[in-house]
Amino acid sequence: MSSSTASEASGPTSVEYIQHHLQNNSIGEGGFWVLNLDTLIYSWLLAGVLMYIAYTMGKKMTADTPSGGQNVLEAIVEFVQQQIKDIFPGSNPLIGPLALTIFMWVFLMNAMDLLPVDLLPQLGQLVGIHYMKVVPTTDLSTTFALALSVFALIIYYNIKIKGPIGYLKMFLFHPFGKYLIPVNIIMTTIEEVAKPVSLGLRLFGNMFAGELIFMLIALLGGASLYGLLPQIALGTLWAIFHILVISLQAFIFMLLTIVYLGMAHQDIEEH
Amino acid sequence: MSITATLIGQIITFAILVWFIGKYLWGPMTQMMDDRKKRIADGLAAAERGVHEQQLAEQKAMQHIKEAKEQAAEILAQAQKRGAEIVEDAKGDAKAEGERLITAANAEIEQEVNRAKETLREQVVNITVAAAGKIVKKEIDAKAHGELLKDVVGQI
Repeated sequence: MSSSTASEASGPTSVEYIQHHLQNNSIGEGGFWVLNLDTLIYSWLLAGVLMYIAYTMGKKMTADTPSGGQNVLEAIVEFVQQQIKDIFPGSNPLIGPLALTIFMWVFLMNAMDLLPVDLLPQLGQLVGIHYMKVVPTTDLSTTFALALSVFALIIYYNIKIKGPIGYLKMFLFHPFGKYLIPVNIIMTTIEEVAKPVSLGLRLFGNMFAGELIFMLIALLGGASLYGLLPQIALGTLWAIFHILVISLQAFIFMLLTIVYLGMAHQDIEEH
Repeated sequence: MSITATLIGQIITFAILVWFIGKYLWGPMTQMMDDRKKRIADGLAAAERGVHEQQLAEQKAMQHIKEAKEQAAEILAQAQKRGAEIVEDAKGDAKAEGERLITAANAEIEQEVNRAKETLREQVVNITVAAAGKIVKKEIDAKAHGELLKDVVGQI
């Protein structure tokens, strides 16, 4: 905090600029017990937007004459439904809302990345908020909140469908049969733990890298007036490309959730 | 840059959001879309049925028209036949009536002729008697010579 205020007179250096942008606005003692207020508030705002859309649209939708917003939502819902139908064995009333929520919420949180990197933090500076990360999915806490929720559901449905003993058997006899039990335990544990870790890290990594590149592009214009043109050109290109990335990451997170839960719903194969 | 207690907040947010979206968006919307699918399918089936029924009705109508035409033709043929019969009958009647009239007329004529003959005969008798009376200057007793007169009249 003190270094940033000191450097404000002559403008921050590149490293300071980036470090400043990567600092969450948080309260707490340090270590685990810290709340990242910016992450929470932005994700709550977006969740609120989703709830508002869901509530108003759910109230006023009609079967006969669907209008603009309803058509868009119907297309998304139908898309998610189709994915579930293709991948998910059997039926589960939770999987639909879960997949839809992941898709839309992650998409909206990712989409915060498309706002100019300095817009909201600078506005924050004006009202005395010094640190602000506007993209909740560049915070490991958010991505792992989603990943661990999915992981908890994977374990829950594994035990519910296969039974506690069936689930244990999966660790013991999968994938190499009954003669390599110690190896099986290690392999299956890694396989299971890799699911939430890969889910959380993939989303975080993509969004964090994207955000970082936006910052580097922003630095171009900050360095000199000659950098302004490449900043605009590269920023536009990267933003257009990033539209693909944010949709794709939201889609992948949703798809893998369905796949993992689908695997949890399958009975164990015998070896 | 590390996992913090924010995680817990986000998990709770996520759970609430999933519940909310499931209750207010996913549930009603999938329900509505299913209903709509069913309604569309029903409507298409009804339309199909309607077309089929229309075809049946058309076939029936054609059948009716054909039958009606046949009946009309039959009735026409009968009427013509009946007409011809009536004409034939009328012809026969007229012929018979004509013959009857001719016969009656002939009979009357014969009667008239006979009567005229009779009258003539009587007059001849009278003349003859008068003539004969003049000839024999003697009154012929009609009663006495009745037999003779009859014989003479019969010869005329």
